Amino acid sequence: MDYNPVGSFISDNLISSDRPPVLSVAEAQAIEMSDIEHALSTVVDPEIPVLSARELGVLRDVEWQGDTLVTTITPTYSGCPAMGHFEDDIRVCLEKLGIPKIKVNTRLSPAWTSDWLSDDAKQKLRDYGIAPPMETTSSLKVLLGHAPEVSCPKCHSTEVREVSRHGSTACKALYQCDSCQEPFDYFKCI
Amino acid sequence: MSDLTQQEALFTYTLRLADNALILGHRLSEWCGHGPFLEEDIGVINTALDLLGRCRMLYSYAGEVEGKGRDEDDLAFHRDEREFTNYLLMEQPKGDFAYTTIRQFYADVWNLHFYTELCNSKDETLAAIARKVVKECRYHFRHNAEWVKRLGDGTEESHQRMNDAIAEASRFVNEMFEMDEVDQVMVDAGVGVDLNVVKEKWIASVDQVFADATLQRPEPEYDRSGGRKGLHTEQLGFLLAEMQYVQRCHPGLQW
Repeated sequence: MDYNPVGSFISDNLISSDRPPVLSVAEAQAIEMSDIEHALSTVVDPEIPVLSARELGVLRDVEWQGDTLVTTITPTYSGCPAMGHFEDDIRVCLEKLGIPKIKVNTRLSPAWTSDWLSDDAKQKLRDYGIAPPMETTSSLKVLLGHAPEVSCPKCHSTEVREVSRHGSTACKALYQCDSCQEPFDYFKCI
Repeated sequence: MSDLTQQEALFTYTLRLADNALILGHRLSEWCGHGPFLEEDIGVINTALDLLGRCRMLYSYAGEVEGKGRDEDDLAFHRDEREFTNYLLMEQPKGDFAYTTIRQFYADVWNLHFYTELCNSKDETLAAIARKVVKECRYHFRHNAEWVKRLGDGTEESHQRMNDAIAEASRFVNEMFEMDEVDQVMVDAGVGVDLNVVKEKWIASVDQVFADATLQRPEPEYDRSGGRKGLHTEQLGFLLAEMQYVQRCHPGLQW
């Protein structure tokens, strides 16, 4: 991964000569929503750079409210440190399009759930080496707190064990595969 | 009739929840780099992070309700000891890992049942925060309940340390279920939670886990109380001195 967590932000924000001209409100509103969505698809989770904010379910809405383009985000976990990062990246991304007035709202309800991850997003997680949540939060096993069904993202074995309920970020737990011995992250089902 | 306006009561009510989350979260964060082993170090800090996120949502809302322009930072870093309204249990030093486990378990069970009830609040913001928080509370509860069982039903020493921790923490338990005027105004308005209901569920959950852990919940010999009135143990002052140091030296400083 040639991912640099601060590089893009600094180069985009601090070198003012690189900044594109600011459009008028009318010009900005003429931009197709699909182009805006396309631009926003470059905003990715800093810890899981294979998923965009949209795919993760963090980016909920993008809409014009008067002369302001309002985007709404919701935190995965209350203390998720990536929220500030998402907000900065969304701003930078929309400023690049020349949009003059930008607002990023945080919405708490409905609360974020791993159920919002699409099958496509789950496959991307698996390819990246993170086991995706396989149940939905309404399944009986999850409600009763039983061990989740997890398979190793490398060899797909289900002979895995939980090493720790908490992983490298709030949204993940730590597992190890007993077949291929690979330690891996499991994206928790909440 | 109470002299408290609904707005005053809502401000205090929200502030108390925020203070509990902040102070407990800070105590947990003291384990950073000192956990018994790496995975649990990360686990404790993840929980602390959830608590920090929770207190930020609650402080922001409290500031909004108060309407005097105070934000989350003002409320967390520019209030004195006597203005803090957290329960005394939250401010006690982290002790050994047994004490941290018991304190966290007691708080987890309280939080789990409290925030489950608060999901039905007529106050939309509190209900939204509660629905967010309760998912994390379930996770914290399961995690710490396992530790209680493992240490309680572990070695002779771990069992003894858990018993010592329970004896130490017990005197702060009943404070968590006291109802005062603020609670009553909020319950009457359909906003707050009846702590008598929480208490019943708390006792049932703790007893269930303790049974598996071969531990017993003692009836406290005497109770300590006063946190919500700003009457704290000496521990809080030291905690605030460290936590608020930078903002007190450089008010308004931002990263």
